[in-house]
Amino acid sequence: MAIPILFVLSVFLGIFAYTTLVERKALGRIQNRFGPNRVGRWGILQPIADGLKLLIKEDIVPRRADQFVHFLAPVIAVIPSILLFSVVPVGTRLVPVDLNIGILFAFAVSTVSVLALFMGGWASRNKFSLLGAMRAVAQVVSYEVPMVLAAVAVVMAVGSLSTLRIARAQSGGILNVTNWFVFRPWGFVGFVLFTIGAMAESARTPFDIPEAESEIIAGYHTEYSGFKFALFQMGEYLASIAMAGITVTMFLGGYNGPGSGPGWVGGLISMFWFFIKLAFMIVLNIWIRGTWPRVRVDQLLGFAWKVLLPMSIANIVAVGMWHYLTFRPLAWVATTLWLVLWFVTLSKLAATENVAPRTYRYAS
Amino acid sequence: MGFIGKGLLDGMVVTARNFVGSYFDKERLVTVQYPEERVQTPENSRTFPFLVYDDNKNPVDTMRCVACKICETECPPQCIYIVMDRDEKGKPRQRPKVFDIDTSVCMQCQICVEVCPFDAIKMDNDYEKSRYGRFDELVEHLPDLLKSNEYYGRIKPTEATVVDAKLKAEKEKKAKKAAPAGAKPPTGSKS
Repeated sequence: MAIPILFVLSVFLGIFAYTTLVERKALGRIQNRFGPNRVGRWGILQPIADGLKLLIKEDIVPRRADQFVHFLAPVIAVIPSILLFSVVPVGTRLVPVDLNIGILFAFAVSTVSVLALFMGGWASRNKFSLLGAMRAVAQVVSYEVPMVLAAVAVVMAVGSLSTLRIARAQSGGILNVTNWFVFRPWGFVGFVLFTIGAMAESARTPFDIPEAESEIIAGYHTEYSGFKFALFQMGEYLASIAMAGITVTMFLGGYNGPGSGPGWVGGLISMFWFFIKLAFMIVLNIWIRGTWPRVRVDQLLGFAWKVLLPMSIANIVAVGMWHYLTFRPLAWVATTLWLVLWFVTLSKLAATENVAPRTYRYAS
Repeated sequence: MGFIGKGLLDGMVVTARNFVGSYFDKERLVTVQYPEERVQTPENSRTFPFLVYDDNKNPVDTMRCVACKICETECPPQCIYIVMDRDEKGKPRQRPKVFDIDTSVCMQCQICVEVCPFDAIKMDNDYEKSRYGRFDELVEHLPDLLKSNEYYGRIKPTEATVVDAKLKAEKEKKAKKAAPAGAKPPTGSKS
């Protein structure tokens, strides 16, 4: 048990450090810039430089802030993010803790981070921090629902909450690939829903409303500097990486891939596939961040409740149909039709052309 | 054919094209990696004034400035300070002993260049003038200000050719004028 925990602490913290670099490089290239390229070749030492800089920066606590809560918030922001990794099966032979309620644990723990955001925003005694914290709470609470319902579909299909069991259920098939849940109609929809939810949960663009720079400075971490700020960033990135890991486990076949198996060699190959998929999810996150604009608060909540929630409920029904229609071609056609019908209906209902053109009373 | 999220996917194609394109198409990357590479400044760009001298071996004696103080009086923000050099008897040497330009005050208007009758002061295009202090470090003294005529010709070729031709013509005219009056060496301005 000690080895997997050490593995998680070292490897995933390293991944976190280099995700920041890759993100900055990729965003730069998307905007036709170079990105960091001063510290080492291709800026390879940039994360170390950033960490050192944040370590030796002055730690400012506002005089009228709630000192204790202000100190506690960044710590609480990091802990659940690290705990999330404990249920992510990295390889056939490597899962830190095989909890039989792994998925439930992941959701329970990831929700704690919103507490940290609110504590930080509240304790700072700053209106921007508080606004950001309020937004964070509204957002995370809203997106938790479709996200959990998307996970329920997988749990129903597997019949277990254990992440290891879910990953195992996706092995077999042609080259260990065809049984991934993302290649099922309900699985694909669940994957999209879960990815959107995970992005909103870790407050990444286009859902970075809690820390919208152009609106409320930095949101809940406006009053944080130095290493406490770094801890907030770390918590956010680690949560997004962990959520990517859980997405991989639930929908992208986990560690399964060509050549993965229970032996030592198969175990190493399975780790390789897991990290490839994790990298894919991280890159997808960065790509989306570099492309999409931030949504408005009303759009954000409307999207969660009016589109994602009905879609995830329809998805659960689709899993039920998949389970009871044992003749597979029929199940394929039926679930696909059912989901497409819902998608089209919700698209029509949520489409912006249904909104009447705005009439201005005073401006012509 | 429109469905919810189509515009988002189109946007992702655009950014992917930018990402990949920036690795293959050097034209896309507009950033100039400053300390290693610099932008070629236009010939007429200007920063702060400098004083021109003609002979590299003897900059102080061959500088064109005669300390007439026209630029000092004309300078709108009054950033030039000149003290004329005098010999032991107090006779003016027709060159400045002190010539200071406070670059923190200078507004780079080029009026000093326009009023100078001797083409002695010209605008530099060196923009790397950052210093570690706010006061003394930003004042340029005579040794820093003196730069050769070749340097002037190098940074502003077109302008320098005109000035050189003009000065040459003036010199010939003076030599012609001085010749009939006897072989008196030209005193006054060291042109």
